[in-house]
Amino acid sequence: MYYRLRGSASWIGILIAESDCRTHDNLKERMLMTLTTLNRPSLWTARSFGEFGDLQDEINRLLDEPLAELSGEFFTGWAPPMDLIEDAENLVATLEIPGLNKEDIQVRVEDGVLSISGERKQDEKLKRAEAHRTERFYRKFHRAVCLPKPVKVDAVKAAYRDGVLTVTMPKTEEAKPKQIEVRMG
Amino acid sequence: MNTQLRTERSHGTGLEEPKYVVPKVDIFETGDEYLLQADMPGVGKDAIQISLDSNELTILGHRAVGRDKAATSCSYLHRESVPVNFRRVFVLDPTIDTNRITAEMDQGVLTVHLPKAEKVKPRLIPVTD
Repeated sequence: MYYRLRGSASWIGILIAESDCRTHDNLKERMLMTLTTLNRPSLWTARSFGEFGDLQDEINRLLDEPLAELSGEFFTGWAPPMDLIEDAENLVATLEIPGLNKEDIQVRVEDGVLSISGERKQDEKLKRAEAHRTERFYRKFHRAVCLPKPVKVDAVKAAYRDGVLTVTMPKTEEAKPKQIEVRMG
Repeated sequence: MNTQLRTERSHGTGLEEPKYVVPKVDIFETGDEYLLQADMPGVGKDAIQISLDSNELTILGHRAVGRDKAATSCSYLHRESVPVNFRRVFVLDPTIDTNRITAEMDQGVLTVHLPKAEKVKPRLIPVTD
């Protein structure tokens, strides 16, 4: 599998140690253990604090790392804000990615992982113009999230409007909430 | 361009939710205009308000929060977006011709054209006999 989930913090406050999940089996195992995890490469997330949780060692290790490597960890890539919402029928993911062309967005659902990638390209004319302020990102991004419930892969829909991508993923029948009637014995 | 930025902060305790977030902007200069581009995802064309008071340009973008209201039964499993509106104030350079400012909105990106006044545009001076 081409992506990595590393050093991620789950969104319900459970920290997971750094680990790769490159194989199918690993991924399944992880999904059982954690409800939802999320790959956000540019953020400083849950660096595991070593075996003995020694903060001093960890700080020393950070200081010893080459600056380039550190800055790579802090500043690589563009990680647009992502929401994941659940209602009775669907899991809905939204991603704020203003100013892209529809053709430059790729959405995949595979092995219980939703993966969205794309690239924002800068207008050729403006590349040559004098810039007074550049705060916006022009580059590639990639976000991936383990879905907490199984979804119907064939029925997934993605829409891009006002710079927000909305991916609607209908849950499978097994994953929908059911009312169970209690009978008198 | 002498563009100052002003961030709106809530007054008082500091514990209140911020009322606005500042959109990220790029400002470019070409021969005859300045171009301001602001990222405002979730803001439609009708939800944007640009006002000019002497030389202060204020951009206000109302984010669509209808989704939250419409589906009360839904729950956030994870949230990174901030459900507040966008606001940012720019102090415009005096060389900008404020009468000819135009703006457009495309997929969450606001583009404001700020044309330079005729007198400051680069031009050729014809030589007369």
